[in-house]
Amino acid sequence: MAIKVHGNPFSPPVQRVFLTLVEKDLDYEFVFVDLSIRQHKKEPYLLMNPFGQVPSFEDGDLTLFESRAITRYIAYAYADKGTPLIDQDPKKFAIISVWLEVESLKFDAAGQKLSFELVIKPLLGLTTDESAVEPLQGQLALVLDVYEARLSESKYLGGDSFTLADLHHVPIVNNLMKTKVKALFDARPHVSAWASDILARPTWAKVLASIKR
Amino acid sequence: MAIKVHGNPFSPPSQRVLLALAEKDLDYEYVFVDMSAGQHKKEPFISINPFGQVPAFEDGDLKLFESRAITRYIAYAYADKGTPLFDQDPKKVAITSVWLEVEALKFDAAGSKLSFEILIKPLLGMTTDEGAVEQQQGQLASVLDVYEARLSESKYLGGDSFTLVDLHHVPIVNNLMKTKVKALFDARPHVSAWVSEILARPAWAKVLDVLKI
Repeated sequence: MAIKVHGNPFSPPVQRVFLTLVEKDLDYEFVFVDLSIRQHKKEPYLLMNPFGQVPSFEDGDLTLFESRAITRYIAYAYADKGTPLIDQDPKKFAIISVWLEVESLKFDAAGQKLSFELVIKPLLGLTTDESAVEPLQGQLALVLDVYEARLSESKYLGGDSFTLADLHHVPIVNNLMKTKVKALFDARPHVSAWASDILARPTWAKVLASIKR
Repeated sequence: MAIKVHGNPFSPPSQRVLLALAEKDLDYEYVFVDMSAGQHKKEPFISINPFGQVPAFEDGDLKLFESRAITRYIAYAYADKGTPLFDQDPKKVAITSVWLEVEALKFDAAGSKLSFEILIKPLLGMTTDEGAVEQQQGQLASVLDVYEARLSESKYLGGDSFTLVDLHHVPIVNNLMKTKVKALFDARPHVSAWVSEILARPAWAKVLDVLKI
């Protein structure tokens, strides 16, 4: 199969790539990378991703890493398939770009660490560092305040339609809604409605079902 | 004038935007944001960037923030002007995308903190945290090891030509080369050659001249 995703199904960046492929209705092969034996830190994995992280991605002879570069590639290369995830108009796409940066540099900074402390560590038998959780919640709250204002003017972060900017949030939002951090989302009505909306997409349900398998 | 950049001359993200405009040979109005007076945290600035950070950007009625969203917009909207900053082929642009993520999420993580600790803190009358510097240098060294391998196969990070990827590094690299961190770059021959190349570009000299720094 031309498209391959190398990773671990519980990794939010891997899930980000799965979701994009499903939104685009694309077939792919999933290649499991065993993080517990540090497979991602050795050859041959390192040949695909020199930083030794999941996911890595292949489409024919093209090899990529960094989940958000992979999703952008899928969104462009398969622009005519499935859900439109970007906009061809430079000005509309610029707005989407802004919120892609915000997710990557501001939301994920706090969100991914909270997801790791509260959801992943317990799965690995590690103890949550509660002293880290409080300041991270504070950081996330400030970002969500900006999201609340944005989403009171715009149905989705990038504009009127669901785009890559919303999609990139789904795996971490999904994790956080299983924890006490849910309260930060619930306290902000537009953020809460947006979170429910993006998590309710049939494509995400398909991703979750495939992870269980 | 249609294009306006709201920024501060010492801010690397502001410099990133000015460099993209210089590479594209575009006219713009530069609006100084007085951060010492907290201008970036108040109206009218906050209406353009709700996170209260420089730079902010206008092109007619389009308002953007996040330097890397702004530079992408400039690169796409003005693709036919000045230096081409990305490739039209989806597979080649995908490779560029990978290294754009690496700069934003890995290089800048250590690089901008080092730039702040060593160069900016003294200007603000604060003391450099030498322990943090040590740790961040270690982090940056690991990233530069990957860059050394990449640049031994590829003239620029994104491929054969100078693109947005290389451009995004220029302001922080410029700062770091004035500090002891220069040693990390000098110790890696391909990285060192690439650094000299990107800092020698006439567009960068233009930016330094405009900012008088």
